[in-house]
Amino acid sequence: MMMDTTSWMTIYPEIVLLVMACVIALVDLFVKSPRRTATHALTLLTLGGVALLHALYADAGQTLYGFGHLVVSDPLGHWLKCFASIAVMVTLVYSRPYAADRDMLRGGEMFSLSMFALLGMSVMISGQNFLVLYLGLELLTLSSYALVALRRDHTQATEAAMKYFVLGAMASGFLLYGMSMLYGATGSLDLSSVLKAIASGQVKHQVLVFGLVFIVAGLAFKIGAVPFHMWIPDVYQGAPTAATLLIGGAPKLAAFALMIRLLVEGLLPLAIDWQQMLAFLAIASLAVGNLAAIAQTNLKRMLAYSTIAQMGFVLLGFVAGVINGQTTLAANAYSSAMFYIVGYVLTTLASFGIILLLARQGFESEEITDLAGLNLRSPLYAGVMAVCLFSLAGIPPMVGFYAKLAVLQSLIASGQGFYIGLAIYAVLMSLIGAFYYLRVVKVMYFDEPVTATTVSAPADVRVVLSINGLLVLLLGIVPGALMALCAQAVKSMLAL
Amino acid sequence: MGLLSLAIWTPIAFGVVLLALGRDDQARAVRWLALIGSVVSFLVTLPLYSGFQLGTSAMQFVEKASWIERFNVNYALGVDGISLWFVLLTAFINVIVVIAGWEVITRKVNQYMAAFLILSGLMIGVFSALDGILFYVFFEATLIPMYLIIGIWGGPNKIYAAFKFFLYTLMGSLLTLIALIYLYTASNGSFDILAWHQLPLSGHVQTLLFFAFFAAFAVKVPMWPVHTWLPDVHVEAPTGGSAVLAAIMLKLGAYGFLRFSMPIAPDAAREWGTLMIVLSLVAVIYVGLVAMVQQDMKKLVAYSSVAHMGFVTLGFFIFNPLGVSGGLVQMIAHGFVSAAMFLSIGVLYDRVHSREISSYGGVVNTMPKFAAFALLFSMANCGLPGTAGFVGEWMVILGAVKFNFWIGLMSASALIFGAAYTLWMFKRVYLGPVANDHVKELTDINSREFLVMALLAVAVLAMGLYPKPFTDVMDTSVAELLKHVALSKLPQ
Repeated sequence: MMMDTTSWMTIYPEIVLLVMACVIALVDLFVKSPRRTATHALTLLTLGGVALLHALYADAGQTLYGFGHLVVSDPLGHWLKCFASIAVMVTLVYSRPYAADRDMLRGGEMFSLSMFALLGMSVMISGQNFLVLYLGLELLTLSSYALVALRRDHTQATEAAMKYFVLGAMASGFLLYGMSMLYGATGSLDLSSVLKAIASGQVKHQVLVFGLVFIVAGLAFKIGAVPFHMWIPDVYQGAPTAATLLIGGAPKLAAFALMIRLLVEGLLPLAIDWQQMLAFLAIASLAVGNLAAIAQTNLKRMLAYSTIAQMGFVLLGFVAGVINGQTTLAANAYSSAMFYIVGYVLTTLASFGIILLLARQGFESEEITDLAGLNLRSPLYAGVMAVCLFSLAGIPPMVGFYAKLAVLQSLIASGQGFYIGLAIYAVLMSLIGAFYYLRVVKVMYFDEPVTATTVSAPADVRVVLSINGLLVLLLGIVPGALMALCAQAVKSMLAL
Repeated sequence: MGLLSLAIWTPIAFGVVLLALGRDDQARAVRWLALIGSVVSFLVTLPLYSGFQLGTSAMQFVEKASWIERFNVNYALGVDGISLWFVLLTAFINVIVVIAGWEVITRKVNQYMAAFLILSGLMIGVFSALDGILFYVFFEATLIPMYLIIGIWGGPNKIYAAFKFFLYTLMGSLLTLIALIYLYTASNGSFDILAWHQLPLSGHVQTLLFFAFFAAFAVKVPMWPVHTWLPDVHVEAPTGGSAVLAAIMLKLGAYGFLRFSMPIAPDAAREWGTLMIVLSLVAVIYVGLVAMVQQDMKKLVAYSSVAHMGFVTLGFFIFNPLGVSGGLVQMIAHGFVSAAMFLSIGVLYDRVHSREISSYGGVVNTMPKFAAFALLFSMANCGLPGTAGFVGEWMVILGAVKFNFWIGLMSASALIFGAAYTLWMFKRVYLGPVANDHVKELTDINSREFLVMALLAVAVLAMGLYPKPFTDVMDTSVAELLKHVALSKLPQ
């Protein structure tokens, strides 16, 4: 294995993150403030720096492999890692008042764990080897289990952590099993070698598909696609909202990268097989997610089901990449999925930010009715939430509309009846989706407030949340740059 | 910045400022700022008319800039004879609505005014967009302010109405989105509406596209049998919301037929023209009869809107210049008249808080000035010569008779129904002895209401007496459109 400078350069931001995570864990021992001000500030600074580093790397546009093809440094990965760092940073800004009120800041674990989770995501995003990808995934999920369980004395949170752990471990098992099948069949753990081995046609197809089924099942577990979605509503609802946002936001970017690395970079010759599986998962996710969300009264649970439906749309972005063995539409399709997931994470941050903001000492703002009359209490936050909900529903001019547009375009561009049918199915499902998003808008704008308490937030939360909400709208009015960025990143990844 | 951009973004900018700065304790300042915003927005549309070149069907005041490069989406604007008047009409109605909501709205005044200003900018965007996605974005974005207007300031059953409005119209437009993306693929990566007009398409594809567009536009118009959302929504919407809905939003659908369905899928439009004519006639006759038995004034005017819009679609699908121009004139006239009708009902509702016809009687005794205006608008609604309502209906009937005598005859019968339900309502509400104490205590319209009524009355009369400026603008574009529709686009 080569330990040359290039190798170290490819993972430079990750090293910074790792070192800082350890340093901050130590520094925290000396922090006395109950709100962990110093730890908080240091963490944000680190995350901001890491995001900046990633942006610089991505901007350079180079693709480098490190450590004998174990990891890659490419624009796609760096952009995703940049967005993930920002997402974790924003999450921590929103979470601090909430966590402080709930005795979750007695130690600085929340910060260290978040940074380790981000490290896990980064490894997942840059991995080029089955085992590296798996290690990254485990680092992310183990940190997440601990984050969900951070409120030790809270029954619901503990239950959610258990569920998350058991199901998550099972999913990891699936994934590992699938990887081992492929390793056995192709004789390599390296993605590009696996790709070559499969493309050569020498490997028995049954074995490959057998392994593929387990890989797809594991991925479906991780992103929460039906029928592997059971854990999502319970964990979203049960976990402390700060942890919900940490597992529902940035990790989606990493999950997307995992799909790209495994399915596209490793198993593209099997596209005809996995496209079918993903199409089935997407159809089921859209139906179950949208229909079940209607019945929810708990806002977090409703957003959990909405996530399932949204992930169905992301999966649709993967199904129309390879048509009749031709990959001409692949860049178009996968970049639509990437745009979707970035827009989705941005929207999720703001919507959960509002839920965190409305929660007070001893009061979780979890029920949809808790938002009643928010417009009268605070037009700004009601506006931010409304923008997010319209975006999730796919109404222009919010970013969510362009995400749906891009995905639908990738389906229709294939020119095949089945995919056009899928597109029509998807828009009909998003009509159902519009209903439950609108219901929350209705509660905020048309209903009378139950409490007259004014909504107050620390200045940093207020500013970040306003920018976050504004971005959901602005990226809808000028979506060109982000779309071009996604297209460029995916194109350079596919070119290799 | 071009004139059209100015017309779109001026009201939106004022709306955003109102949202950001307005507080309920400064309601007065908010109202004045909204009025200034709407008047300025109207004034900036005037050069569009004065600078409009007659005698050409080309798009004018064209603006084009790249918007989303990846999908070749352009910020492309332009108006022709078909769309020009709707830009002005939208800005005009917006001024009226702002004045009409002056003292009536007391809660969240800034949001109310901002919603209308933003809505008006968005609707002007729909009428001037020359790019498929730009059109769709404006078309869909109008749902958000309207949903909030109905839901926040509406009547007792407002939530049902707001949801029905949003979901019903969203359902139709989502299929249109699929059609737009399909056209993008079929035209090798272009969202240019004018390029789509020239795109050869097979008969099968044209039929599918025609019905995908039909799903959005027929719901919006609304055509029978997808009109059922309109009466429910009108009844619950606040007066200003009803006025904008009837005056402008319904026209978005009819405009869509002329800009998308007919020129993009002309063969399908001709093939399915008979169906469209039948649906229009049902709207004109059957819905006209339904209007006659309504007890609720707003519901009555809502059904009458459906009937009048039936005339519009009838005019479009008989494919002759008189019909299409007549339909367009009818759309503008209905914009003035329906707004006036709803605002008149609003005047009564603000005082008595009832929309039931039976709660009134003999209003003329206590509100003579108002009754005079109401009479004029009622006459316009049933198409009395000399008012705006007459011109369009007469042109459509004439066109229909040319097309087929029996269709002409059936459509003409609508004039009788129209007169029947409008005048009967007028008689029951305004004429006769004072019916009850509420009516006895009515005070006549104040100067603000007088201004609203007078502006609309002038518009209604001017258009009725001298419709030439309207038809002149349309003639060339309509002739060109019909020439285009007559040619087959089937691949040879």
